[in-house]
Parts: sequence; structure tokens; C-alpha cells
Amino acid sequence: MSELVPTIREICKKYGNDRARLMDMVREVQESIGHVPREAFGLIASEAKTHRVEVESVVSFYSFLSDKKKGEVVIRLCDDIIDRFQGADAIGDALIKELGIGFGETTADGTITLEKTACIGMSDQAPAMMANDTVVTNLAPEKIPGLVKQLRENPEPQALVTEMGDGNNADPLVQSMVCNNICEAGPVILSDYRKDGGLRKALTQTPEEVIEDIKTSQLRGRGGAGFLTGLKWELTRQAPGPDKFVLCNADEGEPGTFKDRVLLTERVDLVLEGMTVAAYAIGAETGIIYLRGEYSYLRAFLEDKMNQRRVAGLLGNNILGNEGFNFDVRIQMGAGAYVCGEETSLISSCEGTRGDPTDRTPFPVVKGYMVSPTAVNNVESYCCAARIMDKGPGWFSSIGTERSAGTKLLSVCGDCARPGIYEVPFGTKLREVLRLAGAEDVACVCVGGPSGQMVGPAQFELGISYEELSTGGSVMVFSNQRDILEVADAFMEFFVDESCGYCVPCRVGNVLLKNRLERVRKGEGSPADLDYLQRLGESVKFTSRCGLGQTSPNPVLSTLKNFRPVYNALVKDNGHGLNKSFNIMKAVEDASAIAGRRSEIFHA
Amino acid sequence: MSKPRVATTSLAGCFGCHMSLLDIDERILQLIELVDFDRSPIDDIKHISQRCAIGLIEGGCCNEENVHVLHEFRENCDVLISFGDCATMGGIPAMRNNIPLEECINEAYRDGVTVYNPKGIVPQDPEIPLLLDKVYPAHEVVKIDYSLPGCPPSADTLWAALTALLTDKPVELPYELLKYD
Repeated sequence: MSELVPTIREICKKYGNDRARLMDMVREVQESIGHVPREAFGLIASEAKTHRVEVESVVSFYSFLSDKKKGEVVIRLCDDIIDRFQGADAIGDALIKELGIGFGETTADGTITLEKTACIGMSDQAPAMMANDTVVTNLAPEKIPGLVKQLRENPEPQALVTEMGDGNNADPLVQSMVCNNICEAGPVILSDYRKDGGLRKALTQTPEEVIEDIKTSQLRGRGGAGFLTGLKWELTRQAPGPDKFVLCNADEGEPGTFKDRVLLTERVDLVLEGMTVAAYAIGAETGIIYLRGEYSYLRAFLEDKMNQRRVAGLLGNNILGNEGFNFDVRIQMGAGAYVCGEETSLISSCEGTRGDPTDRTPFPVVKGYMVSPTAVNNVESYCCAARIMDKGPGWFSSIGTERSAGTKLLSVCGDCARPGIYEVPFGTKLREVLRLAGAEDVACVCVGGPSGQMVGPAQFELGISYEELSTGGSVMVFSNQRDILEVADAFMEFFVDESCGYCVPCRVGNVLLKNRLERVRKGEGSPADLDYLQRLGESVKFTSRCGLGQTSPNPVLSTLKNFRPVYNALVKDNGHGLNKSFNIMKAVEDASAIAGRRSEIFHA
Repeated sequence: MSKPRVATTSLAGCFGCHMSLLDIDERILQLIELVDFDRSPIDDIKHISQRCAIGLIEGGCCNEENVHVLHEFRENCDVLISFGDCATMGGIPAMRNNIPLEECINEAYRDGVTVYNPKGIVPQDPEIPLLLDKVYPAHEVVKIDYSLPGCPPSADTLWAALTALLTDKPVELPYELLKYD
């Protein structure tokens, strides 16, 4: 430990010994020595002038941080339902066989640790995994022996990347095999555009006029909740406080979503332009991009883009010669926590604490980051804002539907011929999206990820929009071959893992929902269990503290609504009122072994 | 017309819920105007003698005999009510659910500081029912129609629920009857 003291001191100093940068400190300690040793907690705490428990709670909260030594290479196999259906289990078996260890274990020589992780945003090229920060896509069981051999000989995962993906994935600072898979480019974001045209126009207007334009355009938040962006900016501008902040939510953790990945690869300038427009409108000098840990392979590339903009006078002091308009952006890395996509959790995480949600009100527009007025917007929202400033609010609101203006980026994955990114005008019917993606024999589509809804063919005529089928981007397609309740069960498993544990309805309710769903799936349920699922699901939604728990019962509730016959076929009223799920023989097994005799009351 | 029959039992409970039932005091005279008691610790009838309208269950299931009794109640009662926290949620006995059964038995019969048991014998007589791997609330084992929370539910709560059920009226349980702090 003592030999680590200078390193740790150096790292803390780099972040100004500022406790609000605790996330960065512990991340860097981990990068430098492979883990955050418990013996270092006290030192980090004293350097950052905080309490040891704060350090411990950060390290224990985020799944990519660890207080235990791990292998030189940590393999994290993506374990979402799309990857499973594309064969992730076979990949897992192959890894176990080749490495001779199970999940959660490290090889004896300390080279490789094997883990599972939630969706890493590669559902269009599944199955996929991360080896440290390197993303490896399109895995196949036959590729695993070679891959493991290579990592054993050279524990440098980047060497696994031999063929680069398209576009900027091949950039020297990215060097990734990830492919963009842009299948449909719409007029707002993925078509060619005039670089910084929006920012230049915005700077000829007053901030109030910019906000008015965004309001007129009817732009709504692209993360899925659909709050009016112009109103959010106006509230942030009007809220009292000397410092205001612009946060970009790039914690794209909703399983099946990967559009931000593509935007941060191909439209970085547009994102930063939009953030700068927002800063101008709100009166902010500091911006933060909260980048999910899974996308850390894009970090150097993003930093470089930001530098280029500083050199070009597009970030920094007196932007584009505009005296007194100063704005700069830093990246805050996440570390594998879905809940941090929720804005108050994201703010907690940016402040260097556990990603716990906080109460709203006050809303972040009044008291957000550092208790100051803060506008948190989705990556895609910033892109839209920049384009609105360039092409005018009327142009934007003429696209889409009356209540959902513009286009939406959809990340389509699952059982379809062409998984990838589709930019479609709002109002596009789900059936049309499925046709574009070449999806046939579709039984179920999950729109909006696990927190969205699972819909059947009866809903395919509905349009993608805030008023009909709302989504932050995720569209997961499941064919007739799939067990719909297996999907719902996997989603519940995801929420159980990702609940921060703060409030009871979410921490406990999701486990109860999953247990009862499992019972029904095993054929041990009764019709009363369906009522139970419905009532409990509604309670969890109604009483949870943040967006996670308020949406986590959706896989159960939406399947109960849209796929009732699937449930009905599984539950039977056996008439005598004895629960099938209770197995007395199994329940007395242990006691029978201890007493060395069989049950005198119940015989098999 | 014969009066509806009520059966009651205490499974893995402390009899506190039954004490609470007795706490209805002189109203018990009114109650026996309304019902006949079948199997119950109150009258010491050992088995349900005929079909009952209502079965009251105190306690969850911690051993096989509890399950056996609960089955008898389910088979012979039209309406089954869990009363008290042990029946509805497992209660205090369920605190052992996070500890493997063998550890519980070792602590109680072999390793506990006040235990004298040189031969390390644990209960194995066929007369003693086998413990279950964990304590189950009643609704995990059989279908339960109604639950009355409380540790114990107060006499007034029980009275209000029972009389409503017996007179076929909607049960009214004001906040005071369901508040336990």
C-alpha cells in the first residue's frame, strides 16, 4: 500500500483534491492500479477532504469499480435479452470452457476476469462484450478459443481489433470494430448539415430569442420523457443563481438503445454545438457530458473534438468573438450504473457521489448540479436544437406530428434483417419501421426499452410519437419464435440489478414482481397471481421515488395488457386452493436429512 | 337455519392473535349468537367436524404439521383469513429465513452458549414434525381470501372484520384500526 501513496496523492491532486470529482479520482486509481484497494479509501477521503464512507459508497455503487483485485483484462459479456437471443449464452459457455473459470472469477495467473454486464449499447452487432474498454462485437463461439489465446499471450485487448468499423470508428483515436449501422438518414440529424450554422445564427440573436425559437419549434426531450426543451431552458435561465450548467445525458443505458453511440461517433460537433447554443440561451459557462462507462472507447476522440473546437474559438472564452460568452465542456465518465441515466442520479454522479436519485422538487432547472440551475438534455435533443437554430423552428415543426415535432432516432435491434439506426419523422407507424428493418413474423416489439412497453401486432399501426408509442430510441423486435414472458422476465432481472436500493417499492417490489412472474412462467401460478402482478406493478409505479421504479413494472404491466392470452394459458385455478408453487417435499428435504428420517405426514 | 361455523388455528404464531380475539371481551357473547365455533384452541376441538364458513389462521408455516393443518382448513373452509403479521408475512419466525436450517438447528441444540448436549443430538423423534426449509406466510402455501395485518390485529379490528363478513356488509376498517405505531 505505502508504495501506492504517491500515485494516489498525485491522482487526487490532478482533480484539485475536489470531493466533487471523487468519481474521476477513484476511476483513475482503478485505471492505474487495477482496482481501488480498501486500504486506499482513507487516503483518498483525506485527500479529497471527505469521509471514508463516501469513497466506499462510490466504489461499491458502480459496477465497473471494484475494491478487489481483478485480472489484467476484465471481460464483460453483454447479458441483455437481445444478446441472449443472438447466442450470448453459448459465448458465455465457450468463455467458461476456454478460461476454466466461471462468471465473477479470475484466472489463476491473474490475467483475465470474467463477468456479465447489462446492455453495452451494441445490440445491433450482438453478441458483444467489453474487454477492459475495448468493445468486441459479433462474437461467435468458434471465435472464442482464438480470442482467449490471444489475450493470454498479450493481455492488451485493443490488439483484438483488427478490422475497423465504418466512419469515425476507424479514427486513430477510436480504433474500434464497432459499426454505425446507419440505415435511414432523416432530414434533421443524419443528413449533411452546415457545421456550426446553428450556433452562428443563435449568436446573432438574444438568448431570449433563442429560447423563443426552441419553444416555437416544439422540440421535446429525446430521452423519452418528452419535456419541452425550450421551456426547460427558459426555466433554467429564469432560476436565480450565479452559476448555471448545461448537462448532456450520454448515459445511454436503456437496453436496446445505441443511437447516442452513433451520434457521439458521427455527430460530436453537432452535439457540442447544441450544448453551446443551450449555454448561450441559459447563461451557462460550464457544460458536462456524462458519458456512460461502456462508451469510454470514445473518450479520447471526444476530448480531441473538444480541443479542436477550443482552437477554432467554438469553445472557451469569447466564443466566435462574442465578448463575454464563455463556455467550456468537460466529460464526466460514468462507471456502469443504469440509474445514472435518470437526471437527478446523473447529477449526483457528476457531483462525485453514488448515483442516487434525489427528490424532485426542486427540479434540476432550479437546483441541479452544485445546487445551481441546470438543464439536463439528451444527446439527440442538443443535435435537434442546433439544427433548429440553423433551419428555423418552422422547418422543424413542419416535420413529424402536431404534438411530436421533428424526427426520432430509433435503434432497431433483435429479430430483423437490418438492425441499426433509423431516423424517421415522428408519426411513422411502427409497422413501417418494422418493414424498413426487414422484420418478419414479429410477435412482439418492445418500444422504449424495458422501461417502455411491449406491444403486439394490434399496436403495430400506432405511430412512433410522444402521444402514441413513446421511446427514447429503443425498438427491440421479437419474432414468433421467442417466449415473450422470457423477455419480460429478463427485463425484470435487469431492474432488480439496477435498482439503487434507496426506496422500498423499487428495491423490494421489483424482486416480488420477478418472483411471481417466474412462478407463472413455471406453470405454478393461479389466476389470482395475475391480479397480484397487476396491483403490485401499479403500486411500485405509483410509490417509487425516481423514474426507474416508476417504469420498472412496465414489462409486466404491458404484457399483462397486450399479451393476456399468453398468461391465461399458463395459469389454472386448480379448485382446491393449494398453491402449486409450494412443494412440501422440497420444503422438508433439509430437515429430513438432518433428522435422518422421512416425513411421517407427507410421503412422496 | 344453522349458524355459520368458524374454525381458528394458531400455526407458527405466539397465540397473541388469539389473545386479541379474546380481547373482544363481552362481545364474545354476541359472537356466539352469530356463529358456532368448530376446531379452535378456544374450545379445544382437534379437527374440523363439518364444513365451515370461515377459517382464521394465525401464524405462518414453520413445520410440516402447520402445512397439514393449513391444508385441512383450506379444504374445509369457504373463506380463509390470515390474521396477524406472522400469517400474512411470516413475522418474527421468518427472521430465520436468511439462515440455513442446519445452522439454526446447530445454534439451538448444539452450539448455543447455554446448551448442554454432549452427544450433539438434535430432535428426530417421529412425533416431532419436521421443520420446513424456511417459514412461509400462509398465502404461499394455500389460497388466502383475506388478510388482516397487525401484531396482533386489535380486538376491534377483528370484530369489525368478522361481523362485516358474517352480516354480509362491506368491511370498514378506519385508519385507527390499521395503524400500528
